[in-house]
Amino acid sequence: MPEIPAAGELFGFLSLNARAIAPQLHLIVWGLGLLCLDFILPGRGIRFLGFYGKSFSVALALLGLIAASIQLWLLWGTGNGDAFYNMVTQDAFSEVFGILFLVSAILAIALSYRHLDIEDAQHSEYYSILLFATAGMMFMAGAVDLVTIFVGLELMSVSTYILVGFLRRQRRSNEASMKYFLMGAFSTAIILYGMSLLYGISGSTNLNVIAQEAARREDNTLLILALFLMLAGLCFKIAAVPFHMWAPDAYEGAPTGITAFMSVAVKAAAFAVFLRIFYVTFHDFHDLYMGVLAIIAMATMTWGNVAAVTQQNVKRLLAYSSISHAGFVLMGLVVGTQPGISASVVYLFAYTFMNLGAWAIVILLRRRDVIGESIEDFNGLYFKHPGLAILNLIFFLSLAGIPPLAGFIAKYAVFAAVIESALAAGQAHGQLLMWLAVVAALNAVVSLFYYLRIVVAMFIERESLPVPLSFSVGVWFVLLVTGFFTIFIGIYPDPFFDLARIASLPLVF
Amino acid sequence: METYLFYALALILVTFSILTVTARNPVRSAVYLVSALLAVAGFFFLLEAEFVGAVQVLVYVGGIMVLFLFVIMLVSIEALDRQPKVSRQWRTGVVLAVVLCLELSLLIFRGTVSLEEGLAEPGIITTTETMNTEAVGTVLYSTYLLPFEIASVLLLVAIVGAVVLAKKEI
Repeated sequence: MPEIPAAGELFGFLSLNARAIAPQLHLIVWGLGLLCLDFILPGRGIRFLGFYGKSFSVALALLGLIAASIQLWLLWGTGNGDAFYNMVTQDAFSEVFGILFLVSAILAIALSYRHLDIEDAQHSEYYSILLFATAGMMFMAGAVDLVTIFVGLELMSVSTYILVGFLRRQRRSNEASMKYFLMGAFSTAIILYGMSLLYGISGSTNLNVIAQEAARREDNTLLILALFLMLAGLCFKIAAVPFHMWAPDAYEGAPTGITAFMSVAVKAAAFAVFLRIFYVTFHDFHDLYMGVLAIIAMATMTWGNVAAVTQQNVKRLLAYSSISHAGFVLMGLVVGTQPGISASVVYLFAYTFMNLGAWAIVILLRRRDVIGESIEDFNGLYFKHPGLAILNLIFFLSLAGIPPLAGFIAKYAVFAAVIESALAAGQAHGQLLMWLAVVAALNAVVSLFYYLRIVVAMFIERESLPVPLSFSVGVWFVLLVTGFFTIFIGIYPDPFFDLARIASLPLVF
Repeated sequence: METYLFYALALILVTFSILTVTARNPVRSAVYLVSALLAVAGFFFLLEAEFVGAVQVLVYVGGIMVLFLFVIMLVSIEALDRQPKVSRQWRTGVVLAVVLCLELSLLIFRGTVSLEEGLAEPGIITTTETMNTEAVGTVLYSTYLLPFEIASVLLLVAIVGAVVLAKKEI
């Protein structure tokens, strides 16, 4: 039970280890500053280094993210621990996920800048809301209390609902935002229901206290009910089957930069909460939820892949592929061991780079008068831009899990964790885990089919692109970074395995 | 005394809840809902949770109901009148109702067993020493200060978002 301080000590929070949330504070302050500065930014007439008028805000947003990254780097490994009466913590887990969020936010902004111009929606609110969403994610990754998890989750979700509907003159974007909002609100309510039960059982909102309370009790009916409610709610957030219906529509309607951001960072944030709650609070019930989670993982990767095969729209195709990748990340959670968490984290990192790279190519195809979202739009890319086509081939092969690329290492890590655990003596669900590995292997083959459909369009169809692609500095930067890391993780994954191992340490006892 | 009050409030709540879903005129439905929510507030007062009771009245009866009435006034009531009384999705509704009933009975019958074990340690807010409004305030600005501040950012994002999505020219 947390202590209640006397009224006079209220400003004590300044000495309450506020350093632990310094990167988040940076993001929020820069976001607020951006909202205010919007009024004094020059009009459309003034140009400087390719920026004009309101689009100076993109530079400010990037500065904010870089400042937060520097702050995170300064705090790295200091282990400030719990802050604000055990509401939030700064441990290796939150730091590693922080890197993931900041990197994807920087890349998403670099992707969005030119795209928003084309879509005629260049507003500073876009960037400032993106910063707030990133702050929400970092709070989620660091939260050790149900209340912080909830407000962090909501800060991220509400920001994303707005960003999905940001192209407000497009029906598709409006519809996507509305669907995402309704589904998201519904899933939040389910998570909240589970949280209220947990509080009712234990009289505390702290994850560790709830875990102790759960271990002490004999009758845990209500706790198991809460576990499955939270499982369902979080599966909504990561778009796992059967809670995935919103994902293709939301991904298709959103501005492509946000789609890219959602498919990596928003998903990773939900996984961070998933890992933290299920490893810290529900650790003793692992045998109970493992079977359900294994079946969800199998269904997610299979359904995502099967549905992706028939898609003609590239955004929808990548949306379904992102659903199936969530299934692979879930495999690490199913195992419930330290290598399992590491594998999930490595997978999330590899997926972030290769997926953002693939989205960067999709963004290039969106030109002023060309929607550029069907597979035919890739036709003849190789003959016009050979380098770009080869880069895209690398991203798609990596997504399909072909060695020696990042995707292969990620898939190898989750497979290794699952098989190792399946063969371990006394494993309750050994048979099920073996099946999980088999289904995942089959899925890797299926996914190759639809990725290669696009590759065929690029390399074989001899139809030249009528309109030049919408290149920009930001997109080049993203292609460079993601291309580099997709190959780097494939050849030399050790730094990322180290990172993932450090991240997993605070969660296992 | 408390038992009688409980049953009286329960009777009011059930009656007005049924009236809410059966009334044909949506404005009447809304007014019945106000009465039902007031009865819920009564339950909170009965449980000595006067803060939650007051919030129930202020937020639900005050804020949310006014919002409901606004929306009802904006859509034409005549069009609603011609709609069939039972929605086409009644089968789904029945299934959900049965599931909810099962869940609630599980909570009531198994939950009391499960909860009694946990009640050894009271929650953060104890009603005996101080008024619980005061206790909520103290906890909100100390233990839960950080979530409280994040919630303020959340509200700001919501306002900015509403403006961005709805304003004609930005």
